[in-house]
Amino acid sequence: MNTLIAISGLGIFCLFAEIINLRKAIVPVAVLGLIAILGITVSEFDHPSAWYNNMVIVNNFSVAFSSLFIVLTIFILAMSGDFYKDKPSKFSDFIAIKIFLLAGAVAMVSFGNLSMFFLGIEILSISLYILAGSDRLSILSNEAGMKYFLLGSFASGFILFGICLVYGATGYFDVAEIYALSQGAGLPVWFYFGIAMILIGMLFKIAAAPFHFWAPDVYEGSPTLVTATMSTLAKVVAVATLYKLVTSLNANMPHLFQVVIVAIAILTMAVGNLLALRQENVKRMMAFSGISHAGFMLLALLSLTTAAGTLFYYTAAYAFAGIASFAVITSVTKNKATQNVSDFNGLGKTNPVLAAVLTMSLLSMAGIPIFAGFFAKFSLFTQTIEAGYLVAVIAGVISSIISIGYYFKLILAMYNKDADAETTSFPWVYTVVAVLAIALNIGMGIYPGCMFDLLK
Amino acid sequence: MENILNHIGIENYIFLSVILFCIGVFGVLYRRNAIIVFMSIEIMLNAVNLLFVAFSTYHQDAEGQVFVFFSMAVAAAEVAVGLAILVAIFRNIGSIDIANLKNLKG
Repeated sequence: MNTLIAISGLGIFCLFAEIINLRKAIVPVAVLGLIAILGITVSEFDHPSAWYNNMVIVNNFSVAFSSLFIVLTIFILAMSGDFYKDKPSKFSDFIAIKIFLLAGAVAMVSFGNLSMFFLGIEILSISLYILAGSDRLSILSNEAGMKYFLLGSFASGFILFGICLVYGATGYFDVAEIYALSQGAGLPVWFYFGIAMILIGMLFKIAAAPFHFWAPDVYEGSPTLVTATMSTLAKVVAVATLYKLVTSLNANMPHLFQVVIVAIAILTMAVGNLLALRQENVKRMMAFSGISHAGFMLLALLSLTTAAGTLFYYTAAYAFAGIASFAVITSVTKNKATQNVSDFNGLGKTNPVLAAVLTMSLLSMAGIPIFAGFFAKFSLFTQTIEAGYLVAVIAGVISSIISIGYYFKLILAMYNKDADAETTSFPWVYTVVAVLAIALNIGMGIYPGCMFDLLK
Repeated sequence: MENILNHIGIENYIFLSVILFCIGVFGVLYRRNAIIVFMSIEIMLNAVNLLFVAFSTYHQDAEGQVFVFFSMAVAAAEVAVGLAILVAIFRNIGSIDIANLKNLKG
């Protein structure tokens, strides 16, 4: 709860800093403030508490994921300083919206009441609609914002209807009360319709097939830094919230539900990886890669009681690799009109550090050992086999192998082709963020145990 | 006070809301004018608000009516952002027909 209040206060401060002429100080203050908030959050670990009639519940799950979100936001804010350099008049808005987005994210993983869940998801989504359309003179960004807005509010409508039916069936918004009631028999049939509609809405938000079609367009059209936010922060938030929601609403899921989850996960992995193979635009390729990773993360829903640690490890590994790769992509495509694979030709010679970081982050996403992505997939597959769904693991392994195909397309372009344009300068801040993020990823790969055991 | 739900029945409220919600869904899926799409989204959200109030009376519990205030505020914020994006689009291409938004594909 202190985290939530502190984050909102920091966001309001960023808006006021514009008025009192502190524009230059916004990014350093925001980053330092978030580091302090990270300290507050971590100190709440192992001190579970409930606030305001169970509106907000702080437990180890919410503390661990909130810390991950704060670290990701620190990376994104650090890059914002350079990214929005030529738009000084709106600078504080971009920073403040990103901080409010973080507040929504924290509310989403620490809700104890469905109204808090709904407010959190709307704060996150509305901030993202604004950010997606924030480059208002570019028709591509406008189109991305419009598509994201239409499909996002469509999905919000489904979530709201689901919450309403659950309320109608039980008479409560408090998830603990709903959980207690859902254990007994005799609930009206609307309850299950309500759960199904909330799930459909959440699958829209995490871009799982067959609700994934908006993601590639939105990711391609948005400004690159916003694409980085969506593909790392927003996706991780949505997956963690879905996990928390399913755990807190019905822990003893019917078998049919698990079969549906397995089918959606297999379809998502296959669609994401197969369509990524024929993409030339890097942002679009990363969008499909994110879709396939959402499929992997859905497998955590099959072993609800034990998978929290694995899900945390997987999302952290994916998000750090994503931040590292997007820092490189932002840096390379900064002054270019396109973001094609050919724009990366010869990067291995012109900037070996960035090329090495991008290679490592792609290898982590593909699941090559040493990097955290391998241990994440390994433990996820182990748990899925223990839950008894071997077929999902086989599909997961096959789609991991397919994914190496398009990741290597980018790696080969960097090292085997010659640069066709003159080299531009690469601002140092992107390099620092990329190196730090990939270092965290490798660190997680070397000591996987300490993160798996956090959420036992 | 006699409860009006005893005469009408909660099921009828659910049917009405589902019908309104479906009208909204088909409006979003089939209309091409962005303003009408926004109106359809509002119909979806307001169908849910109606059902919240009906359930609130059914359970004799004020929480549902409080939730309606939250969801109305959220819907207003959402549509304000949507209209702002629409204005930006209209300035760029001079049209609010969402069928014209076809620059992103592949």
